[in-house]
Amino acid sequence: MGGLVDWLLAALVLGAAAWTLAAPTGFAAVVGFVGFGLLVTLAWVRLGAVDVALTEAAIGAGATGVILLMAVVRLRGGAEEVSAATPGRAVMVAAGLLAGGVGLALALAVLALPDPAPGLAAAAMARRGELGLGNPVAAVLMGYRGLDTLLESVVLVFAVLAVWSMAPDRRWGGIPGPRFPRQEAGPLALLARLLLPIGLVIGIHVAWVGAEAPGGKFQGGTILAAMWVLAWVAGLVQPPAIASQAVRLALVAGPLAFLLAGFAGMALGEGFLAWPPGLAKPMILLVEAAMTLSVAAALALLVAGPPERAA
Amino acid sequence: MSAVLPYSIAAAALVALGLFGLVVQAAVLRKILAFNLLGGGVFLLFGVVARRGAGAGATADPVPQAIVITGLVVAFAATALAVVLALRMHQITGAATIAEAAEDGFPDK
Repeated sequence: MGGLVDWLLAALVLGAAAWTLAAPTGFAAVVGFVGFGLLVTLAWVRLGAVDVALTEAAIGAGATGVILLMAVVRLRGGAEEVSAATPGRAVMVAAGLLAGGVGLALALAVLALPDPAPGLAAAAMARRGELGLGNPVAAVLMGYRGLDTLLESVVLVFAVLAVWSMAPDRRWGGIPGPRFPRQEAGPLALLARLLLPIGLVIGIHVAWVGAEAPGGKFQGGTILAAMWVLAWVAGLVQPPAIASQAVRLALVAGPLAFLLAGFAGMALGEGFLAWPPGLAKPMILLVEAAMTLSVAAALALLVAGPPERAA
Repeated sequence: MSAVLPYSIAAAALVALGLFGLVVQAAVLRKILAFNLLGGGVFLLFGVVARRGAGAGATADPVPQAIVITGLVVAFAATALAVVLALRMHQITGAATIAEAAEDGFPDK
């Protein structure tokens, strides 16, 4: 009865998406979006993409949900302004026609895809052994599409820089985000103390098993970042000043290790980002370890936002 | 093949819903949410393509999966930047929309 489950799940995904758009308040919309992310996570599992499901749950629903929730609290008010700026009926109908047309064209295009589908599954499965990796997705991320992954790791650094640069000049080098009072009692205090050690172990585990099983640096790094955010919100730790050398080093360690490994490929292998045979697995593990640290640092800093007070 | 049909339709409908919300909704935060729904639809299309390309022992084609993982991380970074831009705009101008402001500082009708 797989068919029924899939139809039901697809309907729930669309229902959550519709709620996100139609919710009466911004807060309700963000909660709807987090629910949407978790339902999409289930869809990824049903589609056989467990690596993506982990990423969606950690980043798509979790990390994105946190920054949106923190923003919705600060963006209160403006109901009059919003209703004044909401387009009239004619624009609504035009937008509906445009969106409906695009959706219909996409649906027709997907249904018209060739059968059997062309793909690189066989090649990816056959050649993952050359890098010493059992997980074909990890092998594609580090080998075949290694350049994408390198650029993406650099994008995270630039995103953090862009977020920091939103601070007023006098705050540069200061401490990001609001200060949360220390929680001594209540569910948050308990959660921050109980979940933290377990979450740290799970985060490192997910990053480590990524070589052989679903998981990896992005998923593991996000879990580590989430644990730091939990401790921050519970008032147990304060964000470091962005002028701190340690923070900046943690942020660029991954991309730097990746770049160095890329240049090592020019010296020892066939070219930039070509993993030298025999050394591939240990080099990839080193890069992944550094990337896990940098992903965790970047995501935590993106959640914390621009500096708001002096160090 | 039949297993991907519900998700193909959901993905296309998500893109439509997201696009509609992006155009119609005025509040910047709602636009960011709608944009993420649109992105979710595009990613799900990759999921459908990956599932259709399953074979050789892989439950889904690893190449589209890897691209979606990259995409999810970049989408998060873009969302974080958009949210901070919206907050900064709100901090400076007090506005919650990007409607063109009239002379008096209030958005045009």
